Amino acid sequence: MLAIAKNVTKSFMGTKVLDSVNLTVGEGDRIAMMGPNGAGKTTIVRALLGFYHIDSGEIKVNGADPIKNRVDVLKNISFIPQLPPPVKLSIEELLSFVEKSSDISREKIFAESNRMDLDLKNQLKKPFFKLSGGMKQKLLIAIALSKKSNLLIFDEPTANLDPKGREKFYELLTEIDPACSTLFITHRLDEIEGLVNRKIYMDLGKVVEDEKI
Amino acid sequence: MKNLLLIAYLDVKESLRSKWFYVYSVVFGGLMALFFITGVSDSVVMGFTGLSRMLLIFIQVTIIILPIFILITTVKSISGDRESNVLEYMLSFPVSLKDYYWGKMLGRFATVFLPVFFALILGVIFGMMKGGALPWKMIFLYSALLFSLSFVFLGLAFFLSTILKSTDIALGASFVVWIVLLAFIDIALMGLMLQNRVSDELVITLAMLNPIEVFRIGAISLFDPELTVIGPVAYYLLDTLGSVWLIVYSFVYPIVIGLLLSYLGYIAFRKKDLL
Repeated sequence: MLAIAKNVTKSFMGTKVLDSVNLTVGEGDRIAMMGPNGAGKTTIVRALLGFYHIDSGEIKVNGADPIKNRVDVLKNISFIPQLPPPVKLSIEELLSFVEKSSDISREKIFAESNRMDLDLKNQLKKPFFKLSGGMKQKLLIAIALSKKSNLLIFDEPTANLDPKGREKFYELLTEIDPACSTLFITHRLDEIEGLVNRKIYMDLGKVVEDEKI
Repeated sequence: MKNLLLIAYLDVKESLRSKWFYVYSVVFGGLMALFFITGVSDSVVMGFTGLSRMLLIFIQVTIIILPIFILITTVKSISGDRESNVLEYMLSFPVSLKDYYWGKMLGRFATVFLPVFFALILGVIFGMMKGGALPWKMIFLYSALLFSLSFVFLGLAFFLSTILKSTDIALGASFVVWIVLLAFIDIALMGLMLQNRVSDELVITLAMLNPIEVFRIGAISLFDPELTVIGPVAYYLLDTLGSVWLIVYSFVYPIVIGLLLSYLGYIAFRKKDLL
């Protein structure tokens, strides 16, 4: 198993956001995670990434604890957040951070960007936050796809993309190594139906449905 | 270590593009130029003139401006990144929390200390142009004091930035801390003394626990080893510590407090939820 969450509970200011969540992500799983706002989708993903200290239960990603072994765990995960953060670094600096921290080749990022119709080479000096919403998202997608990961986590990755950008993105996803697992947080199953083989539905901090498609 | 230096370098690059950094540099550099233009170095107040007079007034200004500048610009460093989700993205890469936190602190230290240090050098150059001798020892010690003052407030800012999740609350808290420390340079202390409810030793101890006061006394003692400017308290301080240990204390104490606060901030960063 790539990731296992056993009876995970997490509360914020007395409100249970994750209520004994059990979840497994196996090799080759392509998961669509759905549910209403506040269901706990982003929280469980953040817990898998080691951002939250859970109140009880256990989380293992590639056999390691994401809090205690965050560097080892994150080496094998690519993540795209819901909204591109307003990073003040220039694109050149952001790429340098990504290259050096995660051992990703710059040429690979350029290649993935080109496939997303994003011309990076002429914008290297530009601060990341000054790119348009769609361009930012494309760059984050290019970085995530360039990283050699066995688990890709996408938190509503196409929210900022135009229809053509979405189409390109889904096209790129069909080329991902079959052994690599993906976890999409989405509200639109119809868009990614052909790309997933399992759907998980969360509500009120619990997994209420988990089935193969 | 590679990632720590990378984070520090990127933080410096980010700061160099920020508006606050320009305002900060212009304020300190501009002040020195202003002192020179307005002829501060030609005036004589309590026996100080020339370069000493210029540096003395620079100290007075530094005491007020430096702490609040460091607090306001740095307290947003981690809490701001957390609020804007920058932290979520940057920490989704395999970077250890130790490298991220200390790298940020190293980078921020360079950007807050160097402009003040260069303003000091600018003041020395102005003073030399006026024909004064180059006071190496004084420049070295004053730089060391500026270093420790910057460090203690940076430690405090990082501490507040990690324990408080909201930028607004962190900014408010830093303002309160600054006002309290400023008040305890003299106004609050005089109030305590006038009330006669606490012993004089306690009042002096409170003063010597305040990093701003420690910097002030340490810096004044460079120009005025007898500390005549601060009045009768000087006898007590010099009898207790002696002039050399007073300067050593002025340098070491803020560094120790800064280290302690930044380490507590690091512990909170590691032990609490990152987002």
